[in-house]
Amino acid sequence: MAAELNDTDPTAGPEATAGPEGAPGGGTAVAEAVAEKPAAKKLCAYDLIKAFEAEQLKPELPEIYVGDTVRVGVRISEGNKERVQPYEGVVIAKRHGGLNETITVRRIFQGIGVERVFMLHSPQVATIQVERRGKVRRAKLFYLRDRVGKATRVKQRFDR
Amino acid sequence: MSIGILGKKLGMSQFFTAEGKSIPVTLIEAGPCRITQLKTPASDGYTAVQVGFGEIREKLVNRPAAGHLAKSGADPLRHLTEYRLNSVEGLELGEAITLERFEAGQKVDVSGDTMGRGFTGYQKRHGFSRGPMSHGSKNHRQPGSTGAGTTPGRVYPGKRMAGRYGGKQTTTRGLTILKIDSERNLLVVKGSVPGKPGALLNIRPAKRVGDKEAT
Repeated sequence: MAAELNDTDPTAGPEATAGPEGAPGGGTAVAEAVAEKPAAKKLCAYDLIKAFEAEQLKPELPEIYVGDTVRVGVRISEGNKERVQPYEGVVIAKRHGGLNETITVRRIFQGIGVERVFMLHSPQVATIQVERRGKVRRAKLFYLRDRVGKATRVKQRFDR
Repeated sequence: MSIGILGKKLGMSQFFTAEGKSIPVTLIEAGPCRITQLKTPASDGYTAVQVGFGEIREKLVNRPAAGHLAKSGADPLRHLTEYRLNSVEGLELGEAITLERFEAGQKVDVSGDTMGRGFTGYQKRHGFSRGPMSHGSKNHRQPGSTGAGTTPGRVYPGKRMAGRYGGKQTTTRGLTILKIDSERNLLVVKGSVPGKPGALLNIRPAKRVGDKEAT
C-alpha cells in the first residue's frame, strides 16, 4: 500500500527511490555517532532514563488511532494456567506516550457499555490487532458514551 | 554496620513486572565510590571507612583536600562520607566500591536532602486547614490561635508555625532493589527517594530496629 501511495504522489516518488540507497549509509552514520557519544561523554540522566525505558518498550506495535476497532489479547493467569483472552472494541482515547502509553477501548457487552484501559507496553497485553480503521473528528470519543445502538457506529476510513 | 554507596538521583520512571504490573521506580546512578580513608581505633578511636564520590576537576579541590585524597591515590572527588563498621578487614585504601556489593531483591535505606521549599506557610508546612476564601472572610491562610491568653502569657515552644520547609536530610527506609546495571552504575529501586533529580543520595543496606547486626 505504501508503494502505491509513492507512485501516485509525485513529490514522494523521488524521495522514495532515493531513500533505500541513501538510508543504509545515513543510518549507520547516525548509529556510529550515537555509539561514539556515550564513550566520549558520560550518559546524562535523561539518556539513562530513556535507555532504561527503551528496554521495556515493545518493538513492534501497530499504529493505533482513535476511532479504530482493535482486538486486544489480554493475558490472564488463573492459578498456574495462563491464557489469552481477546477483547474487541473501539479506541475512544489515547493517553500519555512512550512507556506509559494507554488506550481506552469501549465495547457494548450484554447491553452494558464496558471500557477498559490498556497499557500498550505492558506484558499483560499479549497482542493488539487493528480490525478496522475509523473516521472520526475528535481526539477523544467520549460522546459515544451518550449514544445507544446504531448511533454508536464509527464510520470506516480506508486511507490508513 | 555495613558499607553503603553514594549516588545521584536521576529521576523516576516505571517498571513492568513479569505479571504485567506497572511499578513506580527511581533510577539512581550509584558509584563507583573510592575508599579514601580507613579509620581504626588505633588511629581515630573508632572503626569506619571513608568513601568518596563524584569526580571533579582538579582545580575545584583545595590543597588540604587534595593532600587527603592523594593518600589513597583517588581522583579529585566532590563528596566524602563515612560508614561505621565493626572492622575494616578486607578493605583496602583506594579500593572501588561499586554496585556489585548489592543485589536485586535486597532492601535498602536511601538518605538524602528533601526538596527545599523555602519559607512556607501553615497549610503547606504542617497541613493546617485553611479559612473560608469568600463570604467576607479575611481569614484565608492564617494560623488560627497559637495558645491561651494571660495564662501562660506566651506561646509554647514547638508551636507549629510558618518557616523554612524542606532541604533537610531524610531517609526512605526499606526500598526494594528491582534491578542493577553494574555496567552503567545504574540502580533501580521501587518507590521514591528524597530530593530532586541530581541530588546526592546515600544508599545503605536496610537497617531495622531489632535486626541482629551482621559483622
